[in-house]
Amino acid sequence: MNAASVTTTLAKFGRFTLFLGRLVAGVPSTLRRPRLLLEQVHMTGALSLVIVMLSGLFVGMVLGLQGYDLLRRFGSTESLGTAAALGLLRELGPVITALLFAGRAGTAITSEIGLMLATDQLAAMDMMAVDPVRRICVPRFLGGVVSMPLLAAIFATIGIFGAQVVGVAMMGVDSGQFWSQMRGAVELRDITEGVVKSLAFGIACSAIAVFEGYHALPTAEGVGRATTRTVVNSSVAILAIDYMLTAVLL
Amino acid sequence: MKRNPSIEIGTGLFVLLGFAALFFMATQISSHGLEFGRHDYHLSANFDNVGGLKAGAPVSIGGVTIGRVETIDYDSTSYKAVVHLAINQRYDHIPNDSDVAIYTAGLLGGNYVGFTPGGSVTNYKDGDRVEMTQSAVVLENLISKFLFDKAGQGAKKE
Repeated sequence: MNAASVTTTLAKFGRFTLFLGRLVAGVPSTLRRPRLLLEQVHMTGALSLVIVMLSGLFVGMVLGLQGYDLLRRFGSTESLGTAAALGLLRELGPVITALLFAGRAGTAITSEIGLMLATDQLAAMDMMAVDPVRRICVPRFLGGVVSMPLLAAIFATIGIFGAQVVGVAMMGVDSGQFWSQMRGAVELRDITEGVVKSLAFGIACSAIAVFEGYHALPTAEGVGRATTRTVVNSSVAILAIDYMLTAVLL
Repeated sequence: MKRNPSIEIGTGLFVLLGFAALFFMATQISSHGLEFGRHDYHLSANFDNVGGLKAGAPVSIGGVTIGRVETIDYDSTSYKAVVHLAINQRYDHIPNDSDVAIYTAGLLGGNYVGFTPGGSVTNYKDGDRVEMTQSAVVLENLISKFLFDKAGQGAKKE
């Protein structure tokens, strides 16, 4: 790594931080126009429901199978509910939802803003004294921040039912044990950990998606690259933030 | 801007589902989710050894959870561990000569605090200290005791 690439990386971090500041500063003006926010919650949240619910179901079912096989070796299959619930609430729910979100909604945001940039729509807004960051970027950012915790909660809940389907209906774990052990072990703290994580991922993913779109090269290739960078940077950011938050919240 | 009802319906459904999931997690999956207006009273107990007891462990009488361990401190004058218990106000009829011990739930389970009721007519009040305590059983001590006993028996026979 030479000095030039270090400075470009640093400059990008700086630009990102400043841009995040502009996004946060624009939040109150977006809250005054809830219509814009509603459209973005629909785009990023409601339209991601199907993929999130399907993935949640399958992840829960896999957890049920793997957890059952592992716990059977220790003769404690009744703890399946606890294992599945804690895994989904604290780790898998927020992280997998955020990764899906980056792939499903993040790329859409980046390519949309990038194309607006390439077709001079943002410049036109600027000419009409409409701040494109406030009009275009902030609603998309805020929509993602609102959607992510809700999506993660839906993912975890469906996942627990998936684990229950496999564990109780297929593997014969006692249904009463499954739920009562889960209730005994899961605390409110575990749920808040998941919500805090998904909120942080929502902020990171949405900000990265909007930033990459807004700073894309205004060409077809540039928009494509920006979309790729959104997925790569979001995924790395999600996993890095996940480690830090786990260390802090555990 | 043209109003599109399908967007509103979709978003409404999504937000509703999300909050339903959060509510479900808080009430159904966790044990003590929403306990508004819950009142606790506090007792303390000195133990020689708390073993693996942790803050948040359950406090029970006859297997029924009546409260939680709040904090565990160390008293440097008596060289004992001070365990502070928060007990639900619903269970305020505990005779004040009841004794308290630290048990282990199952072979690999966590530790919990258990009361054995006494016969006194007066009950514990907020801020009382439980005098009669029994420390956690430390497995290593038990094993070494057993081994020394065995060794002693072997020596006697000869």
